[in-house]
Amino acid sequence: MSTTTDPQGGTFRLSMLLNDTRYRSMTLQAIAAIVLALALLYLYSNLAANLRAAGLNISFAFLGSPAGYDINQTLIDYNSQSTNLRAAVVGVLNTLLVAFLACVTATVFGVLAGVLRLSNNWLVSKLMAFYVEIFRNIPVLIWIVIIFTIMIAVLPGPRAFRGDDATSSMLFDLFAFTNRGVYVPGPYFTRGIGGEGGSIINWLLVIVVLVGSLFATRAVTARANNIQAATGVRPKTLWTNLAIWFVPIIALLFILGLSWDVPALKGFNFAGGIKVGGPLIALWFALSIYTGAFIAENVRAGIQAVSKGQTEAASALGLRPNRVMSLVVLPQALRVIIPPLISQYLNITKNSSLAIAVGYADITATLGGITLNQTGRAIECVLLLMLFYLVISLLISAFMNVYNNSMKLKER
Amino acid sequence: MSDAHAHSVAFVRETSLPPAPPPVAETGIVKWLRENLFATWANGLLTVASLYVIYLILSATMPWFFNGVWIASSLAECREILDGTTGGCFAVLTERWNQLLFGFTYPNELYWRPSLAFVMLFAALAPVLFFDLPRKLLIFTGLYPFIAYWLIWGGSILVPLFALVGFIVGYVVYVRLEKTSFAAGFFGGVGAALVTWAIGGYITPFLSGVLALEAVPSRNMGGYMLNMMLGVTCVSLSLPIGIALALGRQSSMPLIKWICVIFIEFVRGVPLITLLFVANVMLAYFFPPGTGVDLFLRVVIMITLFSSAYIAEVIRGGLAALPKGQYEAADSLGLDYPQAMRLIILPQALKISIPGIVNIAVGLFKDTTLVSVISMFDILGMIRGPILASTDWNGVYWELLGFACVVFFVVCYSISQYSQWLERRLATDHR
Amino acid sequence: MKKSVLFGALTVAGLAAGAAAAGTLDDVKARGKLNCGVTTGLVGFAAPDANGEWKGFDVAVCRAVAAAVLGDPSAVEFVPTTGKTRFTALASGEIDMLARNTTWTFSRDVDLKFEFTGVNYYDGQGFMVPKELGVSSAKDLDGATVCIQTGTTTELNLADFFRANNISYEPVPIETNAEAQQQYLAGACDVYTTDASGLAATRATFENPGEHILLPEIVSKEPLGPLVRHGDNEWADVVRWTLNALITAEELGVSSANVAEMASSTNNPEVARLLGTEGELGSMLGLEADWAKRAIETQGNYGEIFAKNIGEETPIGLSRGLNAQWTDGGLLYSPPFR
Repeated sequence: MSTTTDPQGGTFRLSMLLNDTRYRSMTLQAIAAIVLALALLYLYSNLAANLRAAGLNISFAFLGSPAGYDINQTLIDYNSQSTNLRAAVVGVLNTLLVAFLACVTATVFGVLAGVLRLSNNWLVSKLMAFYVEIFRNIPVLIWIVIIFTIMIAVLPGPRAFRGDDATSSMLFDLFAFTNRGVYVPGPYFTRGIGGEGGSIINWLLVIVVLVGSLFATRAVTARANNIQAATGVRPKTLWTNLAIWFVPIIALLFILGLSWDVPALKGFNFAGGIKVGGPLIALWFALSIYTGAFIAENVRAGIQAVSKGQTEAASALGLRPNRVMSLVVLPQALRVIIPPLISQYLNITKNSSLAIAVGYADITATLGGITLNQTGRAIECVLLLMLFYLVISLLISAFMNVYNNSMKLKER
Repeated sequence: MSDAHAHSVAFVRETSLPPAPPPVAETGIVKWLRENLFATWANGLLTVASLYVIYLILSATMPWFFNGVWIASSLAECREILDGTTGGCFAVLTERWNQLLFGFTYPNELYWRPSLAFVMLFAALAPVLFFDLPRKLLIFTGLYPFIAYWLIWGGSILVPLFALVGFIVGYVVYVRLEKTSFAAGFFGGVGAALVTWAIGGYITPFLSGVLALEAVPSRNMGGYMLNMMLGVTCVSLSLPIGIALALGRQSSMPLIKWICVIFIEFVRGVPLITLLFVANVMLAYFFPPGTGVDLFLRVVIMITLFSSAYIAEVIRGGLAALPKGQYEAADSLGLDYPQAMRLIILPQALKISIPGIVNIAVGLFKDTTLVSVISMFDILGMIRGPILASTDWNGVYWELLGFACVVFFVVCYSISQYSQWLERRLATDHR
Repeated sequence: MKKSVLFGALTVAGLAAGAAAAGTLDDVKARGKLNCGVTTGLVGFAAPDANGEWKGFDVAVCRAVAAAVLGDPSAVEFVPTTGKTRFTALASGEIDMLARNTTWTFSRDVDLKFEFTGVNYYDGQGFMVPKELGVSSAKDLDGATVCIQTGTTTELNLADFFRANNISYEPVPIETNAEAQQQYLAGACDVYTTDASGLAATRATFENPGEHILLPEIVSKEPLGPLVRHGDNEWADVVRWTLNALITAEELGVSSANVAEMASSTNNPEVARLLGTEGELGSMLGLEADWAKRAIETQGNYGEIFAKNIGEETPIGLSRGLNAQWTDGGLLYSPPFR
């Protein structure tokens, strides 16, 4: 037996390392390992030599020292005495914020444009084709710069709102569109728990109530389904559901004394309300409208990938066109649309690093920008920056794999 | 019966009526309008809305465009000429076109060199893009990188010549040795090429005056030329690396597979801008002390790594799309791995991947504008830096950005149109 | 070696591996070019003109060093650097010296291991506001939106100033001067802050410079000067004494117009030592005897460089102020040439 599988057993020659398929892969891998190790060693020795020559060292101690600079958009408490690490966290949150917002709006733009491009309306479909081609074929960085310039140059500065001969005025006296950002009324509680202005507990309370309503409506729907299954008659649930949604939350907001903080011109800027900064808007809008063009193509491809027979079959069953779309075409198209959609989300997250062009304080601008400049710790900062993006994209890919597996065509 | 019937009818037309024209609503332009623009009331509403949008866009841009000033030496002069009317100040383009295209430090009298290289690029690309052209033209494609290098950077022709000779020697050795085994041929070829280059490296410094064009350091390259150079160089360099990575990722050898997987996923996971930061602030530390590898080369290295990871994924898709039978057929013919790949698998897989590769190429070309963030003066860098900062043209945004949009759109749109044409041509199924 | 040959074949021929241990001075001489890091464009200090020729105050320092070392003021390769890249460029050897309005601070000198070779401009961080805002002091800026050019010590000074005065502000960090201008002029920020000299240079490029004022507060000390890598003292000496030569020349009344005449006919021993007609100062530095003469001849003395690039006659219109000679009540004080 052994002689057939190992005819030359025992007489091992060196040339067999390359010519014998049993050993060749081992040899090649060993060579690869050695080459890789040598290459890494070479790079490392260069790095060490260069750092020694420059008298530098690799140290992450700077993360614990005060950052010393201010950031204009902070989702958590931050001041110039906070540490560099906290500045980086502020940046991370800002990155995630703009990425999330842009993903939502890009999907809306993309789905709208993709569906409208397939519209029977000649003008609309041509217009959408124009939108898609224009945005797909011009670099996103140019779009970011253009949209930021439009914001800066077209919207009025807060100065224009001042005085009796003001050239600009607020929309409904509630919203102010300035080239520093958009100011909208912000909610607050006058009778909130934990003092005026409201602590985070109030908002938690609101969320708890909303989640409660969600579960309650689900229960109502489940009950309706049961009754329908048992008797064939579906009880009306609309009014019950509406009541469950609205009554508790309105009552709660009334008890807490919800009120709106309307922005007003005060000193140099508008004060009060919520400010959505200009850089955020420019980046958000540019990323959404650019990526929207790509998503539109994905959506179009997805819808066209559903074979015509499906539409015809659905029509033959007597479904109306919009039900054909929602019940037959879209569910099948989603299977094709979602994977590229998620990789577009990934692209948005990565492209948000271009925030640096408009001065939005994302992770690239805090950790990879000002912190890097002030501490001079280039290697450490860039490594941390790459690590962050890597973690984000690995998380998204992992999610995508899970989704793909669950959406796979289940064949019998 | 028939008789009676015949008499009960007072009149029988003996000639047929001329066909009546169809109702107005069902013909010509009206029908087209009805079907395509006003099929339903919602559709009509959409049409009106679209018309309004088009009107808004045109009314904003047309006066600005047609009323534009093309000759002036500064924005102030431009505004004087316009005298309060709406109009673009395109004089900035006529005055600074050379900086936008070539950067501000490329010597004026040498513009013909990159321009010639650009024209020759079409000749070199033609046989690659259009399969019907005679295959002999590929020789020029092979020579092109060396000619273009010589034209753009200048210096002695010996440098690119020796590089070329190295490739030729390597190829000859490869062909000779390939008969015994692919590995021997491959490594022998690489070795021979390196030896040739080493010899060339010793010889060229002494003959630096031979057929020398005026040398231009790469720091002086800028403008749209820089985008072009980065795009073309990085895409062409990343193709072979991408193929190797894709094959490596499919390999049965776990170590090689994992090296490729980690590399690809790492590069795809980080934004290009961080890789450019690496090129800009980190990479210099990884070269041997004292070698000042210039920024252009560092950026080329990083962008090439970046795009090769994406191209690898596209080609992996092509490889995965091949039916298993193809691999088994190659095996059953007794072909070894390199032969099977070269003769059977890759030609088909690459054909499937071409549209994907073209997409990556377009994306990469657009991404070359990111180098403006790391203080390289590509077209966007020129606009945002020296031109807008100059006293004369401080404030001319739309004209300059519009110009950048136009040049990118022309190139990217033609490439994507080509890609669609190719897809139609390559579609040999579903007939 | 193979690697470098490969690179050489692929790219610029001049990439041959240099000897790592050689001093920067020898490197520069062997290369025949000085690699000098400058800003990406700040009119008056370092900016390419319409023909792509670099001009400015910092540029003149580079050219003076090139003239002293290589005898040719045009043998300079200007490497534009941003606030982010300048230190890496210097530390990694991409540039030989950095003349890019860089503030001399403790941590840069000690922690980042650089050697500041003197001060060529005493500056301080200032504020520019539109006149119509009616602000007369930086302390009135409570709640203002402030455009900051990033990459220098500006952000930190600003944070410290507002913190110390207990007033609030909203920072808008901007990478390049051109974009800061754009935002400031469009009213996206109320105040623009950077070094006072930079503000003056920026204001000079405005359509109506008269509509903007610089506030009286100078919130920081910004001694700007050229710097080199730590540990290469010979090279640091060359850069330091070239700068000192320019300053001393002004003090002694040597200018580009009379330097040739002075060199041949001076009775002042210090002038003779400076211009190399007496003593061995040049060879002590490893340069030729007329090193300083060449620098002064081509670039002029400190006063001439100042007047030509940023002085009151230029659109930037800076007065000498702190940057006058010590004899005129300024801070410029060069150690003696002896």
